[in-house]
Amino acid sequence: MTALATRPPAPPAPSRSTGRPSYGAWWVYGLLIFGILLMVGPFLWMLLGSLKPQAEFLVNPPTFLPKDPTTDNFGRLFGNLDFPRFFFNSSVVALVVTVGNIVFCPMLGYALAKLQWRGKRLIMGLVLATLMVPAGITLIPNFVLMRNLGLVNTYPGLILPFLVGPFGVFLTRQFMYGIPDELLEAARIDGANEWRIFRQIVLPITVPVLATLGILTFLGSWNSFLYPLVMAQEPQMYTLPVALATFATGQYQADHGMLMAGSVVLVVPVLIIFILFQRWITQGIATTGLKG
Amino acid sequence: MTAPAIVRRGVTARGSAPAGRRRGWRQDLTGWAFAAPFVILFGIFLALPILVSLLMSFTSFGLRDIQNPLGTSVVGLKNYTDLLSDPKFWKSLGNTAYFVVIGVPVTLALGLLIANALSRGITRFRTAFRVGYYLPVITSIVAIAVVWRFLLNPDIGLINLVLAKVGVSGPDWLANPALAMPSIIAMAVWRNVGFAMVVFIAGMQAIPVVLYEAASIDGAGRWASFRNVTLPMLRPTILFMLVITTIGYLQLFEEPFVMTKGGPLDATLSVTMYMYQQGFTFFHQGYASAIAYILFLIVATIAFLQFRFLRSDDA
Repeated sequence: MTALATRPPAPPAPSRSTGRPSYGAWWVYGLLIFGILLMVGPFLWMLLGSLKPQAEFLVNPPTFLPKDPTTDNFGRLFGNLDFPRFFFNSSVVALVVTVGNIVFCPMLGYALAKLQWRGKRLIMGLVLATLMVPAGITLIPNFVLMRNLGLVNTYPGLILPFLVGPFGVFLTRQFMYGIPDELLEAARIDGANEWRIFRQIVLPITVPVLATLGILTFLGSWNSFLYPLVMAQEPQMYTLPVALATFATGQYQADHGMLMAGSVVLVVPVLIIFILFQRWITQGIATTGLKG
Repeated sequence: MTAPAIVRRGVTARGSAPAGRRRGWRQDLTGWAFAAPFVILFGIFLALPILVSLLMSFTSFGLRDIQNPLGTSVVGLKNYTDLLSDPKFWKSLGNTAYFVVIGVPVTLALGLLIANALSRGITRFRTAFRVGYYLPVITSIVAIAVVWRFLLNPDIGLINLVLAKVGVSGPDWLANPALAMPSIIAMAVWRNVGFAMVVFIAGMQAIPVVLYEAASIDGAGRWASFRNVTLPMLRPTILFMLVITTIGYLQLFEEPFVMTKGGPLDATLSVTMYMYQQGFTFFHQGYASAIAYILFLIVATIAFLQFRFLRSDDA
C-alpha cells in the first residue's frame, strides 16, 4: 500500500529525534494547551453531568460543577435498567472477538509471509481488498443469514462475523515478513513441521504485535454499533452502545444525568485500557495507518 | 517425515528466488490449512454477503421474504431506477458529500498542524499532548454523540452556557437545518483529528533531519521549512490519510442516528442511515441493498484511485 503501511512495527521510539535545542515558542504551547482543553472538555462535561441530580438540570442558569454530587444516576443504570447485563454482553462479545483475532489472524499472517502455496496471491489480494469494505454492504445479507440460522439475538450471531478480520491478518503479515528466513530454516532442518515453527518460533517473536492487535480489536468491538444494533433486537442481548443509543433516542432522551452516566460506563473502561497501553495503540496505528 | 524430504525442503526453500521454487502439494496443503479459519469465516460472512447484497439489490426483497429468501421476486434494475428518482436518496447523498467535503479537509489540516507543532514546534510534554489529542479517537461514537448532543443543548448545554457568558445567545444547534450538519462535522473533526495527528507524526519521523538542517542553513524559517520540506515529504502519507478518512466519513451513521435521527428536515440524513431506515425500519431490504451497493461502489472507486495514486508515487 504505502511506505507508511508496509513498514514493519518497531519498538516504540522516542519522538525527539527531530527536536530543536530550544523548548519551542511559548505560543505553540499556548495553542496546544487550548486544544487539549477542547479535547478534554467534553469528557469533563460528561463526568460532571453524570454526578448531577435530576433537579439540577432544571435550574437556570445551568451549573458547570455539580452543586450536590450524587451517584443516583449510576444507581438507576445498574438498578432499574439492565446495565449489568449490557456490560456483560459487551465484554463477552469483545473478549471472544479479540481471542479469535489473536488466534486466527497470525495463522494466515504466517502463511502469507513465510509459506509458498498456490492461492497465496489470491488470498493476499482479498485481504487487501476487504480492508476497506464498508460495513453496510454485508449488513443485510448477514442479517438474513443469521435469521435463518436462528442466530439473531445470540452471542454467536454477534461474534462469528468478526472472529477474524483482514486488519489483523495484514498487521501480523507485515511483521512476520521481517522475521529472518534463516531462523525458520534452522528449525526446518532440525525436523520441525510448519505448525511447530509457527507455535514455538514465530508466535513468541510476534507477541508485541499481537498485543497491539488485541487492544485494537477489543476497542473496535467494544465500540461497534451498526451491526449489534441490527443483530441484537431483544433488550437482553443489547451491547452497551446499542443500549445507550436506544435509551438516548427513546424514552430517556431528556434524562441527561442518566445518559451521561451511561456514557461514562461506555467510555471509562476504554480510557483505562488506553492510558495503560497507549504506546501499543499509537504504535499499531502508526505502523499500518489503519484502525481496528 | 523422512530425512531426505527435510533436506530437500530446506534446500529448496533456501534458494530465495520465489519464481524458481518448487511447490509440492504438501506445501499447498500446509498453506491452506493455516488459511482455513480465515477463508471459512471470511467466505461465509464477508465474501458471500458482498455477492448476495448485489443479487438482493435486483429483487423486491422484503419482510415476508426473510424466512424464504429464494422465494423473492426479481425486479431487475427497478430499485436503482427508483433510487434515481427518490429525493430522499439524493438528499442523503448530498448530505454525506457535504460531510465529507468539509469534514475531511478540516480534519486533515488540523491533524497536520498539531502533528507539526508536536514534532517540530515543541520538545517537552509531547507524549502528554499526543495522548490528550488521541483520547476521543478510541471512545465510542455513540457515547460521544450522546455527550455532544447534551453539550449542544440550547438551554442547558455547555456551549451555549459559555456563549451566554460573553453575551451571545446561542442557537438551537441541532434543531436548525442550517446548523445541524456543521455541528456534526465539528464533532467528527474533534473525534478524528487525533488519528490524523498520530499518522502524520509517524510520517514526519521518517523525514531525515538533514533536510531541515539544510533548509535552516539556507535561511528557511518555521513556515518555509514546513512548506518546502515537511509538506512535500509527507505527500504519500497525506494522500493515504485523505483516502482513509474519506472512506470512513462516507459511512457516517452513528452521529446523526443518536443526535438528530437524520433531521431536522432530513438535513443530516446520511446514505448509511437511509439504508438502515429502508432495511430495518421499513424492511425494504432489496431497496436498501441497492443503496448499500451504490455506497460500496463509491468507496471501491476511491480505494481504487488510492491504489493508482500511491502506486505511481512509489515508482
